[in-house]
Amino acid sequence: MSLPNPAGLISQMAIDLTAYLGKRGISEPRFIGIRTGGVWVAQALLQALGSQAPLGTLDVSFYRDDFSQNGLHPQVRPSELPFEIEGQHLVLIDDVLMSGRTVRAALNELFDYGRPASVTLVCLLDLDAGELPISPDVTGATLSLAPNERVKLTGPTPLALELQDLTTASAAL
Amino acid sequence: MTPLDAKRPLQLNHQGQLRHFLSLDGLPRELLTEILDTADSFLEVGARAVKKVPLLRGRTVCNVFFENSTRTRTTFELAAQRLSADVITLNVSTSSTSKGETLFDTLRNLEAMAADMFVVRHSDSGAAHFIAEHVSPEVAIINGGDGRHAHPTQGMLDMLTIRRHKGGFENLSVAIVGDILHSRVARSNMIALKALGCPDIRVIGPKTLLPVGVEQYGVKVYTDLNEGLKDVDVVIMLRLQRERMQGGLLPSEGEFYRLFGLTTARLAGAKPDAIVMHPGPINRGVEIESAVADGAQSVILNQVTYGIAVRMAVLSMAMSGQTAQRQFEQENAQ
Repeated sequence: MSLPNPAGLISQMAIDLTAYLGKRGISEPRFIGIRTGGVWVAQALLQALGSQAPLGTLDVSFYRDDFSQNGLHPQVRPSELPFEIEGQHLVLIDDVLMSGRTVRAALNELFDYGRPASVTLVCLLDLDAGELPISPDVTGATLSLAPNERVKLTGPTPLALELQDLTTASAAL
Repeated sequence: MTPLDAKRPLQLNHQGQLRHFLSLDGLPRELLTEILDTADSFLEVGARAVKKVPLLRGRTVCNVFFENSTRTRTTFELAAQRLSADVITLNVSTSSTSKGETLFDTLRNLEAMAADMFVVRHSDSGAAHFIAEHVSPEVAIINGGDGRHAHPTQGMLDMLTIRRHKGGFENLSVAIVGDILHSRVARSNMIALKALGCPDIRVIGPKTLLPVGVEQYGVKVYTDLNEGLKDVDVVIMLRLQRERMQGGLLPSEGEFYRLFGLTTARLAGAKPDAIVMHPGPINRGVEIESAVADGAQSVILNQVTYGIAVRMAVLSMAMSGQTAQRQFEQENAQ
């Protein structure tokens, strides 16, 4: 399967996001990327929008629902939100949307900072494999993968998508 | 319970992750750095309006304190609560029965409460280790201080304090001053500083309060405070442990203060930006002058704040490592 080029997707996403926010009457959104891939996408998106807006970064490790299966992520870093959340319109950005659990964790974390006026979800790729009622408002592309396949974003410059095969990946270990 | 690898330290699981936290002895630098990094993230959580994360929701943390403590106990309670765990604290007074029997019986009772984690403080060295050896395999044990042996969370919160104020350990001179002999904090700090690559660790105290063979920790020994403090970046003062002192080690507290008390004048011999630390509770006018304890170079209260974050890191990492170990053993049994 050939994977799309993230740069091409992001310029279209910038156009779609501007239209979406315009339709909603949102003039000063706060941008937040989910660590790590989501932050890269957010940086590229802000650049495509020609925006100098500060970027918040969110590390959802403390909010994940798989602690009892997978434990704590070893490289957790502090979340940094250089603006108020209370009453603000947020644009939450992630790289790959799969089960929706990362976004759920991110929403839980955001609400511990305050009560946002709205949250718009932007994802570079939607793998159409949701396990929760969460779907993006703006998407770069939608892909369907085989059960043994995963997509990984590498970056930050250049951003590239990489297809991983779980069967060979575990054999390599 | 048979260990899978007899050489593996009791406190690490099959992947080298923390499952108990008993001592800093033998822990690799990478693991200590991971604790500090995780604590940094929890420090950010502590600055939010809602200072709580759902990580240990549904878990029960039991603080078992055989020895009095205010700071350690309350910060462990707060740490567990900020991780959304249920917390109970038992102040168990030590009885005259032999330590093995008492600990064992207490342990069985606590296990019956289905706690996932015990934080243990005990006046006997090795108590936490003993409990970790005999507790049911799914329970994680955290040492909140055992006798003169170790106080690993204090050691790590001191390291976090140094890293946050000095940026790292590579070029630092650190002096640990006072009652080294009775201090588990000193022991944990010496081990941690060495493991994290601090090149100049000094211990300063009267000969009677320096343990025999303290040089084996890779430290330089000074019996003169002015000489030992010269150009240091960090001064860690220790509490004079009056309750552990059994006659004859010191002529008087006044004499100790005159020779080893940290005063403004003595601190002037350290680097101008040196920080002053103390594990608390401080004895004003015994080991430290009030003007220093409350002065601009003092980070004593920051240490308390960092202590909560470090304890959150250790509690969540040990729970995580213990869970992984249990899964690994279940998979292997199948």
